[in-house]
Amino acid sequence: MRTVTIDPTFESWRDKARELLAQRVSPAAVLWSDDRAEVSLFGAVPEPIAPATSSAPKVSAAFLGIARSAAAHIDPQRWAALYRLLWRLTLGGESHLLAMATDRDVRQVQGWCKAVGRDIHKMHAFVRFRLVGTNEVSGREQFVAWFEPDYRIVRLTAGFFQKRFTGMDWSILTPHLCMHWDGNNLHYTPGVLREAAPDADALDGLWRSYYRSIFNPARLKVKAMQAEMPKKYWKNLPEAELINELIAGSTARVDEMLRTEERPAKPASKNAYLEKLRQMNAETLDTSSQ
Amino acid sequence: MELQRKLEILADAAKYDASCASSGAARKDSRGSKGVGSTGGSGICHSYAPDGRCISLLKVLLTNVCLYDCHYCINRRSSNVQRARFTPDEVVQLTLDFYKRNYIEGLFLSSGIIQSADYTMELVIAVARTLREVHHFRGYIHLKTIPEASPALIEMAGRYADRISINIELPTQEGLDTLAPEKNLARTQAAMGHIRGRIDERFAEKRKPDAPKPPPFATGQSTQMLVGADASTDGTILQRADVMYGAYGLRRVYYSAFSPIPEPSKILPLKAPPLVREHRLYQADWLLRFYDFKVGELTSDDAPNLDLAVDPKLAWALRNRALYPIDVNKASREILLRVPGLGVRNVERILAARRYTKLRLADLLRLRLAMKKVLPFIIAADHTPVKLGLDSDDLRARFLPPPQQLELSFEPPAPTQADHISTRSGEL
Repeated sequence: MRTVTIDPTFESWRDKARELLAQRVSPAAVLWSDDRAEVSLFGAVPEPIAPATSSAPKVSAAFLGIARSAAAHIDPQRWAALYRLLWRLTLGGESHLLAMATDRDVRQVQGWCKAVGRDIHKMHAFVRFRLVGTNEVSGREQFVAWFEPDYRIVRLTAGFFQKRFTGMDWSILTPHLCMHWDGNNLHYTPGVLREAAPDADALDGLWRSYYRSIFNPARLKVKAMQAEMPKKYWKNLPEAELINELIAGSTARVDEMLRTEERPAKPASKNAYLEKLRQMNAETLDTSSQ
Repeated sequence: MELQRKLEILADAAKYDASCASSGAARKDSRGSKGVGSTGGSGICHSYAPDGRCISLLKVLLTNVCLYDCHYCINRRSSNVQRARFTPDEVVQLTLDFYKRNYIEGLFLSSGIIQSADYTMELVIAVARTLREVHHFRGYIHLKTIPEASPALIEMAGRYADRISINIELPTQEGLDTLAPEKNLARTQAAMGHIRGRIDERFAEKRKPDAPKPPPFATGQSTQMLVGADASTDGTILQRADVMYGAYGLRRVYYSAFSPIPEPSKILPLKAPPLVREHRLYQADWLLRFYDFKVGELTSDDAPNLDLAVDPKLAWALRNRALYPIDVNKASREILLRVPGLGVRNVERILAARRYTKLRLADLLRLRLAMKKVLPFIIAADHTPVKLGLDSDDLRARFLPPPQQLELSFEPPAPTQADHISTRSGEL
């Protein structure tokens, strides 16, 4: 049994996995750790890997995509599971394995991918940029956002934000990693505390007005809302402070509608267009009855 | 009037339009431009309101002043609702400001009809043109169009928009004559046919080798039908939807349960919204589009409405018990799609996996199937359902919501948690 210590990133895992595979090291013979401190704590000495005697077998791009995504999860078992999958796909002779959603290893890795994918999707959706100023030289508006992802997904969202918000300067701050865009370059800095990001934006009030008005009190479906926008996100969404008030007031608003006296139909004022419509309607009636 | 008050009135006026999609647009983004915006791939829901609906677009009317008198609509001319009107620049600025804060995917702009169809369309188009040409906005734009507007204006709307739509509102002309006297089914369908022609044409031009890239045009159109405002049955509604998908190539038909509005009309008394009915129609719609079902299999002259208590696929299975149990290791794709509880994705997974293994219950469990629903209808390597299950009359009863709900309430049963999940994933 050997202990392999890596950084908790896909690239670090891939490099080690390639070496191990080239040396035909069986998955059962490897203990993976992505915490260097922990390894030395237990006194185990990481075993140096001998140079590869042959090159590692090739694996499909589909697997690499899955592995990159699963690597962003935080389950400590993911490195071993990914190596086991890699082994089975190549030396294990199960090249069809990814088609087997019923396989335990495949299922587990797909589960991580799904959780990571959902986290990425929610970050795309729930990041809220706040205007902090304008760059005096370039004249570009500068925005800062705060987000708390469940997994290590910041780098995986970079392309999306860069393509969508090319024309403005922005920073997205998270507890683990921050990213910054200035129109030319994207760069990363270490994570920060919540206090580093601005609390509000001058437009939040207008946005809340919109949220309040687009809500239909006659069809309350709180569970459906929470399934897609769980409470853990609410603290960073400017509109979420309205939710309880809107729910509490909905019955009274519907009662009010039901009590309102029904309005009679009002005849149309004289209007050339309505007159033309009436003629067209009469013509279609004629043709359809012929 | 203050901008905030206008926004309140004109968002309130727009909220009865159920369409929220921001998917299916051509891939484009703001790289290399001074602007913002990107589309392509699946749309993003940036928030959810307590009515369970997603908020992905800034959905507003340009004005809620309207010549028409559609009795289900809060903005009809007979309504006493407060009126407001945005200037095109106000909508442009709101869209950009909201977009840059990542509140929204883009704009869904509609309008009450003022002066004439063409006059109104020109105002709506002016907003989209300014966003695209002055501000280089590459986000999603959905424009509502008016069937009576001139073809040249609909053409222009299509050039700036990712999606255009005309609401059919009700499935029959008789319904429109009573509730929306200015609207005409034949003209709406003719306009949809014209739009379809343009969409198809552009796809064809794009595919031609060596031809220059054609100017942009919307990649899809959608529509909405009101449910529960007139006496139309589910069968009538689904037949109309089927025509929309088949003859006019629509991307989506939205079903919107008629719900109480603040300005009721004498001609259309308010009622509680038939939310379960709306939900069953969406499920049936999914069966038509992705499960190879035909309208005639879901409703009939004898049973023109969907069963509110169970989903339409399960209802079909209970009516066609002789087909079951189905062997998951042998049945074709078409047959597997008829298994209650088995969605399109899991059918694909089963087809892929069974090339290499004989599927057992443990395999199906790992696919996270709704086992309670699936088991009476399938055979697996280590499972054959008890004959009694399929033949007994209490099979339907097994899938009903708990009985105490039925005793206490005469309302249609509320959708179960499983129903909510299936609407989200679209799996039945």
